[in-house]
Amino acid sequence: MDSPFALPAIVLVTVVTLAIGAYGVRFARTTSDFLVASRTVSPGWNASAISGEYLSAASFLGVAGLVMKYGADVLWYPVGFTAGYLAMLLYVAAPLRRSGAFTLPDFAEARLGSRRLRLLCAGFVVLIGWLYLVPQLQGAGLTLGTVTGAPYWLGAIVVGVVVTANVATGGMRSITFVQAFQYWLKLTALAVPAFFLLLVWRAGGTDSLTADEVPVFPTETMVDIQVDVSVNVVEPVSLVADGVIDGTAVDGPLSWAPGRHDIAQGAVLTFPAGAPVPHADQLDTLDNATWGTPLSTGGGHPEFPLFATYSLILATFLGTMGLPHVLVRFYTNPDGRAARRTTLLVLGLLGVFYLFPTVYGALGRLYTPQLLLTGQTDAAVLLLPGAAIGGVGGQLLGALVAAGAFAAFLSTSSGLLVSVAGVLSTDVVGRGSVAAFRRAAAVAGIVPLGLALQVVSLDVSVVVGLAFAVAASTFCPLLVLGIWWRGLTDAGAAAGLLAGGLLSTGAVLITVLGGARGGWLGVLLAQPAALTVPVAFLVMVVVSRLTAARVPVDVGRIMVVLHAPESLGVHRRAG
Amino acid sequence: MTERSEGNEPQQPPERVRIDVAARRRVRVDRTLREIEEQTRVGEVLVQGLIRAQLSVALRLSAVVAVLLGGLPLLFAVAPSLSDVEVLGVRLPWLLLGVLAYPFLFTVAWVHVRQAERNEQDLTDFVDST
Repeated sequence: MDSPFALPAIVLVTVVTLAIGAYGVRFARTTSDFLVASRTVSPGWNASAISGEYLSAASFLGVAGLVMKYGADVLWYPVGFTAGYLAMLLYVAAPLRRSGAFTLPDFAEARLGSRRLRLLCAGFVVLIGWLYLVPQLQGAGLTLGTVTGAPYWLGAIVVGVVVTANVATGGMRSITFVQAFQYWLKLTALAVPAFFLLLVWRAGGTDSLTADEVPVFPTETMVDIQVDVSVNVVEPVSLVADGVIDGTAVDGPLSWAPGRHDIAQGAVLTFPAGAPVPHADQLDTLDNATWGTPLSTGGGHPEFPLFATYSLILATFLGTMGLPHVLVRFYTNPDGRAARRTTLLVLGLLGVFYLFPTVYGALGRLYTPQLLLTGQTDAAVLLLPGAAIGGVGGQLLGALVAAGAFAAFLSTSSGLLVSVAGVLSTDVVGRGSVAAFRRAAAVAGIVPLGLALQVVSLDVSVVVGLAFAVAASTFCPLLVLGIWWRGLTDAGAAAGLLAGGLLSTGAVLITVLGGARGGWLGVLLAQPAALTVPVAFLVMVVVSRLTAARVPVDVGRIMVVLHAPESLGVHRRAG
Repeated sequence: MTERSEGNEPQQPPERVRIDVAARRRVRVDRTLREIEEQTRVGEVLVQGLIRAQLSVALRLSAVVAVLLGGLPLLFAVAPSLSDVEVLGVRLPWLLLGVLAYPFLFTVAWVHVRQAERNEQDLTDFVDST
C-alpha cells in the first residue's frame, strides 16, 4: 500500500496520544495517582480504557489474519478474548477490587502472607508482560514498514520510546484517558472501512466466500517478495517473474507445475487475473468451502482440530484474568460493584469490536489473496481498503486503519508497561516512590525493545496466544483458588505457579524456537493450555492439602474483606 | 437533613425516608465493622453464606456457557451437516461464533451482575433487620 495519508495519520495518533497523556499529567501527583489513578475512575471511562488497552496488535491485525488463513476454527480467538472477561466477572472482578491490593503480587501477599510468593508472582508478571510487549513492538515495526516502507526498527523504536516516555511521566491516570480515547479510535478505524468494504463487495456481485474453489487473484496482481518464501502450487499457474526463483535468476514469463517453488527476497511476481493463488508452504491450500467449515483446520492443527480448539478455548477463557495489564485496571474502580459493572460494559465494547476483524479476514481471501502467497496475512487489515476500494477513498481508509493499528500498539504497550513498571518499582527496586516508578518504566520499556530489535521472525498471533496460555496456567488458578477456597496455602500456590508456569513457558520457548511442529507433541506445545491449566490447579490443590498447617490464621477475615459488599464497611481500613 | 429515626412515621414524605436509610446505614456500618474486627463467628458465618451464594451463581452461569458455547465444537463434530445450514445467507458456524456469541456472553454477564448484586443486597438487608 502506498497511501500518502498513512504516515500523517500515524503521526497524528502518536501526537494526540502524547497530548492526552500530558493533559493527564496535571492530575498525576502522588504515587497512588501513578499506579491506580487514585481509584476514582468511573465504570464508563474504565470500561473504554480496559477495552482500549486490551485490543492489541493481535486483535486489530492478528485475528483478521488468522481468519483469512484458517477460517471458521479461529473465530474462537475473538470469542475467547471476549469470554475471558466473563470468567473475570464471574470469579475475580469484585473480590479482586475488594482485596484492596495495588498489584497482583500485592494480592498474593495479602491473601497468603508470603514474601517469597510475592516475588515469584512479580517474576511472572514481568515475564508475561515482556512476552506480550515484544510482539506489540514488532507489529509496530511491521506496520510502519508496510504502509510507508520505513525500516522495521524505526516503528519498533518509535512505539517503544513514545510509550516509555508517556508512562514514565504520566503514569496510569493519564493512561486512562489515553486508553479510553484509543478504544473509540480503534473501533472507528476498523468499523468505517469495514462498512465500505461490505458495500464494495455487494456492489461487485457479492462473490461467494464459501464456494468450492481456491482463492484466485481478482485482478492482475504484482507481488513484492520481501522475505524468502516457499510456495506450494496445487494447480498449474503462469506468471511473469523478475528475481531469483528456485535458485535461478528469471526475468520474464514463467509457468509453474504443481509442486514446491522457492522465491528469493526481492523478487517481483505478476499473476494474471483469475489465476489460482499459490499458498505459502506452511499453509494448507484450502478451497473456500473447506475454509468455511469448522474443525477443518484447527487453527493450524488439522490433525487434531477438536483438541486444538478446546485448548485454545481454555487458554483464552481463563488466560485473560491472568494478564497483568488487565488485572491492574481493576484496582482503579471505586468499589467492587463498580468493578462488576465495568466488566459488563467491557464485554459489550469488545463484542462490538470483534464483529469486524472477521469481515476483514473473509474479504481478504477475495481482495488481497497474495497474502496467502507471502504468508503475511497479518497485513490484511492494512492492505484491504487500498486493494478493494482504491482511489483517494481507499487511501484515506487505509490511513485510518494504519492509525488504528498504531493506536493498538501504543495502548497495549502502555498498559503492559504500567503494570510491569509498577511491579518492578514496588517489588524489585525501591518502595513505590514516583522516582522509582519512572526508573522502573525506563527499564521495563528498554528490555523488550532490545528483544524486539533482535528477534524479527516471531509471529504476532502465535506469541500472544502463548502469553494467554502462560497466564491461564499461573495467575488464573492463583486468583480463582485464592478468592474462593480457604484451604489454599503459600506453598501450594507457589508449587502450582511453578508447575503451570514452567510447563507453559517451556512450551512457549520450544514453539518460538521452532521445535516440534507436527503430531501430538506439536499441537500440545503450540496449544499447551488443555494440559498445563489442569496441572496447575491440581498441583495447587494437592500441595495446599499436604501443607494444610500453613493456611493463614486470618483466612476468615481475608475472605470477609474479599466478598463482603462495601456497604458493610469492612473495607475502610483495607481500602 | 434531620436526625435519623428508626421508627417509620407514616406522614413522612418519600425523600426523607431515603435519607433516613443512608443515615441508618452509618450506624449499621459501625456495628458491623465492630463485629468483624472482633472476629465474631456471626460476621464470618454471614459472609460465608454470601460466598456460597456467589460461588453457586458463578458456577451455574459457567455451566450454561460451557454447554451452550463450549458445546459447539462437539456439536459441529458429531453433526457436520449443521455447518452447511445457511441463515440469512451466512453459514451457521459463522453466524453463531462471529456474531451471536457476543450478545450471548453479554447477556450471561448481565444476569450475573444482577444476581451477584441481589445476593449482596440480601446480606445487607439481613444485617439491617437484625
